[in-house]
Amino acid sequence: MLGETKIQELVNQVLALSKADQTEVLFQGVDAALTRFANSHIHQNVAETNTEVRVRVVYGKKIGVASSNDLSPEALKRTVDTARAIAQLQREDPEFKSLPQPQPIQPAAAFVEATANFTAEQRAQVVSVLCRKAKDKGLVAAGAFTTAALETAVANSLGVFAYHPGTYADINTVMMTDAGSGYASFAHPDARQVNAEALAREAIDKALRARNPIALDAGDYTVLLEEYAVTDLLDFLNYLSFSALAVQEDHSFMKGKLGEQVMGDRVTIWDDGAAADTIALPFDYEGVPRQKVTFIENGIARGVVYDTATAEREGRQSTGHSLPAPNTAGPFAMHMALAPGCTPKSEMIKSVARGIWVTRFWYTRVVHPMRVLITGMTRDGTFLIENGEVTRPVRNFRFTTSYLDALNNVRAIGDTTKLFYDDWSGAARRVPALLVDGFKFTGVTQF
Amino acid sequence: MKDITARALNMAQVRGVTYADIRIVTRLTQRLAVKNGKVEALEQAETQGLGVRVIAGGAWGFAASSRLEAKEVERVVAQAVAIAKASALTRTKDVNLGAPISIKASYQTPIKIDPFTVSMAEKIGLLLKADAEMRRAKGVKVARGEMAFVRENKIFASTEGSLIDQEIVESGCGIAAIATHLESGEVQVRSFPNSVGRHQQTRGYEFIVEQKLAENAARVGEEAVALLTADPCPSYDATTVILDSSQVALQIHESCGHPIELDRVLGAEAAFAGTSFLTPEKLGNFRYGSEVVNITADATIPGGLGTFGYDDEGVPAQKTDIVKQGLFVGYLTSRETAQQLNLGKSNGTMRADGWNRIPLIRMTNVSLLPGAWDVNDLIADTDDGIWMETNRSWSIDDKRLNFQFGTEIGWEIKSGKKTRRLKNPTYTGITPQFWGACDAVGNEQAWVVWGTPNCGKGQPPQVAHTGHGAAPARFRNVRVGVIK
Ligand SMILES: [Zn+2]
Repeated sequence: MLGETKIQELVNQVLALSKADQTEVLFQGVDAALTRFANSHIHQNVAETNTEVRVRVVYGKKIGVASSNDLSPEALKRTVDTARAIAQLQREDPEFKSLPQPQPIQPAAAFVEATANFTAEQRAQVVSVLCRKAKDKGLVAAGAFTTAALETAVANSLGVFAYHPGTYADINTVMMTDAGSGYASFAHPDARQVNAEALAREAIDKALRARNPIALDAGDYTVLLEEYAVTDLLDFLNYLSFSALAVQEDHSFMKGKLGEQVMGDRVTIWDDGAAADTIALPFDYEGVPRQKVTFIENGIARGVVYDTATAEREGRQSTGHSLPAPNTAGPFAMHMALAPGCTPKSEMIKSVARGIWVTRFWYTRVVHPMRVLITGMTRDGTFLIENGEVTRPVRNFRFTTSYLDALNNVRAIGDTTKLFYDDWSGAARRVPALLVDGFKFTGVTQF
Repeated sequence: MKDITARALNMAQVRGVTYADIRIVTRLTQRLAVKNGKVEALEQAETQGLGVRVIAGGAWGFAASSRLEAKEVERVVAQAVAIAKASALTRTKDVNLGAPISIKASYQTPIKIDPFTVSMAEKIGLLLKADAEMRRAKGVKVARGEMAFVRENKIFASTEGSLIDQEIVESGCGIAAIATHLESGEVQVRSFPNSVGRHQQTRGYEFIVEQKLAENAARVGEEAVALLTADPCPSYDATTVILDSSQVALQIHESCGHPIELDRVLGAEAAFAGTSFLTPEKLGNFRYGSEVVNITADATIPGGLGTFGYDDEGVPAQKTDIVKQGLFVGYLTSRETAQQLNLGKSNGTMRADGWNRIPLIRMTNVSLLPGAWDVNDLIADTDDGIWMETNRSWSIDDKRLNFQFGTEIGWEIKSGKKTRRLKNPTYTGITPQFWGACDAVGNEQAWVVWGTPNCGKGQPPQVAHTGHGAAPARFRNVRVGVIK
């Protein structure tokens, strides 16, 4: 951790080095550690310290970007020079108007000292509990426990300066017998909130119940999607449908649908980077404050997220959802949430005559973007529900189903939500469980 | 640099490690992206740092930092040792790496034209030319193109006396046209030479020139538009499918490459990427595919994206038989996993995604060896089937058995001839049944070493660059047309 003062000095140094018409500096710092376990012992255990600056320079309408994690004065100069050299070779971007102007940013409390200082021994102790509980029941434990401190700062020559320190802890475990497996995970800004006993109990219970699954035929089923699975629905809607770029390029079902009913009338989905119950980051990678954007309100399409480039195209303001420059992927919602309902999972099960309880999805990929048609597998705990009771484990299904249809066929929404953090994208999600009719399983695997 | 490695290894030994290695890595990446006549991204990124891997108390520890000053190196070494000691709290057996390895060597990717010396103007010009060609087809909504160049310089040193420096250079490029029809909700894409961004090899700029992006761009645009009104892929429970070489490459990657990673087989990825159906008792006696299926892992193929001199444990690049006439005979191994299964020496597949990640078992160039068939003869020999080309979607279960792939385009084959164009082709199957029904593989002339620059594995996440030699191949009794 460098701290706000040092980072401000550093970015000012970079801004001073640049002779461009406009200059932007993005600073990203990470102090992260991850303890990984398999076969009920720690087999990989790593830590990383990295700090990087990314410089975007603008000459007229020509833009160049360079980045380096060497923060020596010579290297900073080299990075600025590289960005300039690139900009000079660049073609003009007729759509470019300006880097963002400064706007007030509400700080979001997301930094927990105890997480930043969490030690390898502390992580090992948590993991030991999981491994011991597994051994006690004759199971094998695997998983990973991350604790990380992140610093993000954005400054530009128009006066933007935004700084945010944050932490997160993320733990997941798969418990296995030789004939089935169970899963549990937990994410929170405060590593002390990890309850190893509870995680072990949840995953072990699933694994024991998952032994010796029977093969059911593929077909349309009512499914109870646990929170682990529901988070995937938001990920694909985000990527395929809820960004202004997807709408502008005609591959989002949201195109021309604002104000219309597109999902079940109890479905409400939004993005809020400053929410108290997420892993907050109150501004985007251009230093624009993240606004709360409602995508779907009681099933009605309400809006999509914008970065500066997509907003300019429609003559509107960025909603604060940019990725780091140069960004070809368009705006990206990093703090999505699906509103909870009022039905506990136990009640959902009671209401199902015949259906499938799905713990989580695996290896999901787009088959058809407009329909949000996705294929993937179930994993780590898939069960048959008959006459209101979970009766037996079943072999994992392949599904090829429309997530949009799924959100149109919601029969009940869970009364609690769970927080997730994705270490690939840095996105946080908060979702309840869902009971969905007509989910299309198209194949079955051998376990 | 060499004084840093010597000092770090010395400090580790003073702190009581039984083994340590250090890697100092500098990676330079250049990325260009154009879309609809506009240069969207021109970027050069440089990242450097060191990673120290130690065994102390019989267990692994690793720490990495972007700062190379003496004090920081000392902190990183101490942190790696402290982490190893924490790992030891759950130890069941001491880590065993087998016989020590001491190699002093260097390796450099042979290239003709250093891609970092070719002007940005030339690269942009080529991409924009292809972009304009694609957009000549009416109905193309988005045309895009990209190039990526990587130069990685790395030093590996170990307490066993190895000192290896390597320079790996990669060049990659690709174009794609997306055609949309809002009323019908159809979105169709054609890519060249491969999808998911680009095709890539460990070669210089000569690789880019050979791809002939501009020459193929008009066809790519036209095909994307034509797909909007093409007939959908029919649904059959069992038909004959011929996959083009790039789709065969991905089929190998997902259904052979991943399940033969021995760390994965032994459970190291159980909580994330999953395990493998190719369990140890199957080695040497399991029928993976038909007689015509021969697969090797070869890190020495010139230009392959998984080609290098030494892996990130300092083990020399090798060629290993994986499937021989259909029989499963080999895994990808590391020093530790080779010992766990008594397989002798590592076959050299440990690679790390940069200085801040530990090496994991990663595919090198896992290839289906060429068969006997001229591709035209292969089509002529097929009465009734579907040719599927260029991957669009891919998914496989966590033991690598049940897979489903979609491709960008298909052609119906009737009486030995390619006939109507088909949109949204998909096929699905179970790995050993699918490869067991492979009855023909294209010959040397049709064999391409495809590059996959986006293979994910591990926690924290790592992206590896792997290669896959493949020719078009024919599969019988395949279920197709999953989308209704
Ligand atoms: Zn992969």
